[in-house]
Amino acid sequence: MFVAALIPLARLAAGAALGTLGANPIEKIIRTTGYWTLSFLLITLAVTPLRIVLKLPRLVRLRRMLGLFAFFYGLLHFTGYVVLDQFFDWPAILKDIAKRPFITVGFPSFVLLIPLAVTSTDAMVRRLGGKCWRRLHRLVYVSAIGGVIHYLWLVKKDISDPLRFTVLLTALLGFRAIVLLRRRARGSNSTVLSDRREAG
Amino acid sequence: MRKTSSPRIAPSEITPRDLYHDRRRFMQAAAGAAAAALWPHWLSAGEKLPGVRKTDHVLPDALTPFEDVAHYNNFYEFGTDKETPSRTAGSLKTRPWTVSVEGEVQKPKLFDVDDLLKLAPLEERIYRLRCVEGWSMVVPWVGFPLAELIKRVEPTGNAKFVEFITLYDPARMPGQKSSVLDWPYREALRLDEAMHPLTLLVFGLYGEVLPNQNGAPVRVVVPWKYGFKSAKSIVRIRFVEQQPVSTWTRAVPSEYGFYANVNPQVDHPRWSQAKERRLGEFFKRPTLMFNGYAEQVAHLYAGMDLKKFF
Repeated sequence: MFVAALIPLARLAAGAALGTLGANPIEKIIRTTGYWTLSFLLITLAVTPLRIVLKLPRLVRLRRMLGLFAFFYGLLHFTGYVVLDQFFDWPAILKDIAKRPFITVGFPSFVLLIPLAVTSTDAMVRRLGGKCWRRLHRLVYVSAIGGVIHYLWLVKKDISDPLRFTVLLTALLGFRAIVLLRRRARGSNSTVLSDRREAG
Repeated sequence: MRKTSSPRIAPSEITPRDLYHDRRRFMQAAAGAAAAALWPHWLSAGEKLPGVRKTDHVLPDALTPFEDVAHYNNFYEFGTDKETPSRTAGSLKTRPWTVSVEGEVQKPKLFDVDDLLKLAPLEERIYRLRCVEGWSMVVPWVGFPLAELIKRVEPTGNAKFVEFITLYDPARMPGQKSSVLDWPYREALRLDEAMHPLTLLVFGLYGEVLPNQNGAPVRVVVPWKYGFKSAKSIVRIRFVEQQPVSTWTRAVPSEYGFYANVNPQVDHPRWSQAKERRLGEFFKRPTLMFNGYAEQVAHLYAGMDLKKFF
């Protein structure tokens, strides 16, 4: 799994080395890393529904690694923008964040992932306490919604790719909403609740 | 033309481009002008266009390599990303092809594209091409001023705008099977813009017949405007009194205006236009007013608020 998650990066690196990233390699690098950031965010968010539906509680062990890969690709995406696209032109970057709606929403979506990555270690979970940690990590929902909007607003006209992400994210969040509603209806002792607790 | 079905050729067997061109130049010189006049068959993409004059329309900027010009295309008729058109545009047959010149003109005419090609001497002009998305390239186009055609059809006093209409044929243009834009693609210029000596009717690039994905067999090139203003694969040119609505304006009126002049001071609503990435360069360069053609075209817009008429 770990190796598979590095394939997109390996392909980009090989493309850059061989000069096969096309006429606009910088755009290609930024687009590809952005695509995989969103993909890993959605894959991470799919862990809880999958382990409930498939009754495979062990899946949760993969979640931290997948989430960190989302952050990793997000970091590459953001660094690609700052270094390759803008080359540290901070005034231009600030202007982008202020004036270009897709960056206005994309930038905080990435920044929100930083505290999640920092608090991903076992030691940090213990330090924060489970309840506090879970609350903090609900920020991932905000980040994923922001990330999908970022993609939707970037695209000029053909929104079929960002729509796919939108549909998937809606399904993943919808699943949680249903679980939450059921839990409320059944009262606090249901099995779904204990699942949720563990899932965070 | 690269065809996907052609056999693989070892890189060592490919003639370097310069040598290949030298040989072609030699052959042409040997054959002489007579061969050019005969044109024994339909020209297809990649063939050398005969009798092309060099002009003083050159730039200090380095040319964008042919490979990049032909593989980084916004041509939604063949797909919405940049690489797809070069793969799918093989389905466009560019002969036979006619261009109907009609509307408010004294002499409307249905031109065969091979006759249109011979209407005026072909010349090579090196222009910057700036896309509204913030990238640019430098292309040696082959064609002649659109004014040469316009003069011959004699616009009436009612002709205020010239509209260009791209082929609509989903079988030959697979991207048209999707309703991502309102087909056929339409673009338009004010008559004085269309008559401007910089506005070209283009049949080739790099001395060769246009690759399909670059708008074969005939397109316009308006170098001081964003790329989407330069309609490709044209089948109709209409002279009209009312300002036409362009395809991109119809799709997103707040983002794509009728004029679409390259202007670093007027941001696109979703991104800055102050700088651009020249393909092949790492650092962005500042975008020039009217894409560097201000001296020639600024007078066309004297007194206009270019923020309003974007």
